[in-house]
Parts: sequence; C-alpha cells; structure tokens
Amino acid sequence: MLVTGGEPPVLAYRGCDVGYGEVTVVRDVDLEVRAGEAVALLGANGSGKTTLVRAALRLAAVQRGSLELFGTSVDRARDRARVGYVPQRHTVATSVPATVAEVVACGRLARTSPLRRLSPSARRADAAAVHRALDAVGLAGRARSSVGELSGGQQRRVLIARALAAEPELLLLDEPTAGVDAASQQALASTLAALSATGTTLVVVTHELAPLAGVVERAVVVRDGRVVQDAPIAAVTAAGYDEVGHHHDDDHHDGEPHPGEPHDAWLPRPAVGG
Amino acid sequence: MSAVEILDYDFMRRALLAAALVGLAAPVVGVFLVQRRLSLIGDGLGHVALAGVATGVLTGAAPVWTALVAAVAAAVLVELVRWGGRTSGDVVLAVIFYGGIAGGVVLISLAPSGSPANLTAYLFGAITTTSAADVRVFAALAVLLLAALVLLRPWLFAVSNDEEYARAVGLPALAVNVALAVMTAVTVVLSMRTVGLLLVSALMIVPNAAAQQLAGSFRATVLAAVGIGLVCSLAGVGASYYADVPSGGSIVLATITVFLVAVALRAVLDRRHRLPRSGSRGGPAPAATPDPGGVR
Repeated sequence: MLVTGGEPPVLAYRGCDVGYGEVTVVRDVDLEVRAGEAVALLGANGSGKTTLVRAALRLAAVQRGSLELFGTSVDRARDRARVGYVPQRHTVATSVPATVAEVVACGRLARTSPLRRLSPSARRADAAAVHRALDAVGLAGRARSSVGELSGGQQRRVLIARALAAEPELLLLDEPTAGVDAASQQALASTLAALSATGTTLVVVTHELAPLAGVVERAVVVRDGRVVQDAPIAAVTAAGYDEVGHHHDDDHHDGEPHPGEPHDAWLPRPAVGG
Repeated sequence: MSAVEILDYDFMRRALLAAALVGLAAPVVGVFLVQRRLSLIGDGLGHVALAGVATGVLTGAAPVWTALVAAVAAAVLVELVRWGGRTSGDVVLAVIFYGGIAGGVVLISLAPSGSPANLTAYLFGAITTTSAADVRVFAALAVLLLAALVLLRPWLFAVSNDEEYARAVGLPALAVNVALAVMTAVTVVLSMRTVGLLLVSALMIVPNAAAQQLAGSFRATVLAAVGIGLVCSLAGVGASYYADVPSGGSIVLATITVFLVAVALRAVLDRRHRLPRSGSRGGPAPAATPDPGGVR
C-alpha cells in the first residue's frame, strides 16, 4: 500500500490498463491524486488522457490492475456522487427545450432521492446550489434562458455549472478550455482557482496548459497510452511542451472520442502564466 | 345538437373519461421519449400489446390485463436489449415488435369467435367499447403513472438529457430507463379503448412536437403538451361521436392540426425576431448577451 498517513488518495491507478471492449488505450498506469491537488493530464489528441479520466467514471473499463476512488474500488457506485464531471462536449441543447437551470439541476440528483425531494426544504437547498453554481460560471442571469439560445462558450459553462452544482470533492474536467474564447477561459481559470482554494481536488484533461497555468500545480503527461512524465508544473513548463505538442495523432486509432477538438492548439501561449 | 348531448350517454361519459386519462398521461411520458429520440418505441409496444389483447380474447381473460402484461414484459426486454448495446439491438427490436403484431393476428384467429377484424377497435380506438371496469382500471393506472412521473421527473430528465453524464455520476440510468419503458407500456394500455394501439404513439409524440415549437423550457413544454393532449383527446372523442369515425383517428388528426398551427406560428415569430438582427447563428433565437463562444 502506498497510503501514507490518514486519508487515502482521492484517485489511485495501480498498474492500470484501461480501454473499451477489446481495445486497450492506456497501459500500465500508476498514478495517485491526493485530496486538494490540482492536476493537469496533458497529451496530444489520442494519447489516452480522456480514457484515463473516463475510467474513474466507469465510462471506460479497467482491464488490468486496480483503480480506487476515495480509497474504495471504482466499481462501488456510491462514491461517484462525490465526483463532478464536465464532459468533453460543446453543446447541451437537446431535442426538447430546456432552461439553463433545468440542465444544471441534474447535477444535484446524485446527492438526493425521489422521496427526499418531496420535502420543500430539500428542493430549496437544491435550487440554492444551482444558483451558486450558475453564479460561479457567470450565468446567474441566464438561469431561465433556453440552453439552445446560448453560444457555444456559454453552453460549455452550463456543463461546468452542472458539475459544480454537485458540490463535488473531486472535479474531473475534460478539455474545459477547448473552443472557448479567451474571456471565458479566464473566467474558468478563476472559478477553478477558487474551488481549489477551498479544497476541491481538480483533474483537468487538456492539450493546452496555458489557460490554466495559474491553477494546476502538477502535470501528468500522457503519450501513446502511457504516462511519460509526472512532475510539478514548473518542471514541465521549463522543459517546454513541444515534445508532446509536435506529436501528431492522426496515425492513432484508440477509440477515444474527440468531437470537434481543435488539432493544433497545444503549443503554449507565452502571454498567460508559465 | 348540443355539445352536452353526448354526456347523456353512459358509454360517452366513459369514453371521454378514458380519453382524458390517456390525453393527460401520454404527452408526459412522451416528452422523455422525444428527448431520448425514441419516438417510435410506443408504436412497437402497441404492436406487442396487440398480442396481449388477442391472448385475452383467446383465453377469456380481460384484454386490458393481458395487454398490460405483454406490453410491460416487452418494454423491459427492449430496454435490456438496448442496454446491452449490441449493434444488432435494432434488429432485435424489430423481431419483438413484428412478433407482437403477427402473434396478435394469429392468436385472435384461433379464438372461437375471433377474427382479425375484432382487432380493429383496439388498433384505432372505438368509443363504444370502454366498459365501466376498463375506466376503473385506467383511472388506477393513470394515478400510479402520474405519481411515478412526478416523483421521477428530475431523474427521467437527467438520464434522457445526457445518459453518459448520468451514468458517470452514479445515477441509476438503467433503472430509470426501465421505469420509462414500463411507463410507456402502461400508457399504451391506457390508450387501447380510445386512441388505439396503433395510434397511441402519436399522442405521446405529436403534442410534444407542437409544444416545443413555442416553449423555451422543459417545464413549459410538458405543460403545453398535456394541455394539447387533453383537449385533442376530448375533441377527438366528440368528433368520433358526431362523425361516426374511429376515435383514434380523429384524436391524432386533431393533434397534427395543432402541430401544424404551432409550426406556422413559430415561423411567424422567427421572422419577426430575426428582422432586427440578421447575424444570428440560426438557432431558435439570438443570444441576448454577446459571447463569441467557439472563436479561438
């Protein structure tokens, strides 16, 4: 056991192979994320970083080794209510109209039950949490807007608010800055910094470090389905990300979905952080 | 002829009550089916319910109960097949659904007094067929259905809106999907006297399609769809009495009329909305605050 001291790691991959069906995407991963850490999972498209996170949500299968969430096997669904998840997606609009608040309220459900929701005080508490989450992403004024009316960047913020509404101890974000304008990226960075300051553990999958450089403190670099570097953020930025960035992914077919992800956005932007 | 005249007949009162129950329930279940893009599942379950009806006729059991058993069993099976996620799932559904309608036709022919013509009333609705016992069963089923819908609404919404997210955060997505499938089956059975097993799917879907032309929220969509479903069901039964046509046909034509009006209204509203701002993204309405999302 690698546990030292009281609390188990929030997330612990031990000799993990992860994939979908017969396909193995990530191999032999040993990785621990401790409570309160803010970790970036870096890598080019197709490197396997999204799959690594999806395993913690049981959206990808652990094929070998073990994966523990809050010290228990990831298969025990109970603890997943403590996890917030922002999927890699650009839109929330569905075939039936829904308001921003209606979508964000979904984030509360893992923490409640149909009978508990009968109590007006429980419903008020849920509504308050939804409002706080919308406030955190700057959409409090749009709570009653139809999500279909929002821009792409705003819809991304709705997905982030849905995760925040769960008041998670561990927040997993998959490419939260991709396809989002600079103002929204800065707003997201300050939101995440505030969460991190209050003890929320953050794991951010990204292929561009710059927008979140002030938030994450540790970088785990994934390449070709293996963890090739795990170091404090300063060490990774000092070495330059070009090593990873020039790695084009067109020849990889690992089954990892990448809807609309931009391809050349990896290189660092000197303007922010570093 | 006054409109009140139709209330003088017991059979009409029963038919109107049965129509009101299904008109109320069908759109509420249907909105989640539209959200999950499973608009035709009710149609398939109607096929299977027909086999249940035929079994009832053959064995002398009440067709309402045999149809309920058949539809619920098929609904659970369909959802488990979908959950398995095999690419052949689509074919399995087709086998279940057409097996239902074929079984219904064959079984009814085996019944001493039966012929496939007996099924017409079940397929398209017939206002004279609703018995007092039927109304009692329908009322009990409708109360249970609406109670379950009220309790489970947020979960049904979450799973139908984004199933992957629901599974990721530990919501019981399979249980919710099975619950929705069973509710769909119950709705199909509620429909068998007035709307008919072949047309009930329209009453689940079309009022929602009309409502979402004009609504901006899920809540408003459901409320409007229920209103449309209720009014069209009652109007359709009334039309069936006066014009002597199958009630299922008149109910569904009424919903389609409302749908077309809603589409036309939407087009007019969009036109007005777009005149002052020509640069919108082509969504339902332009965003109120500037946010150049998607621009890097």
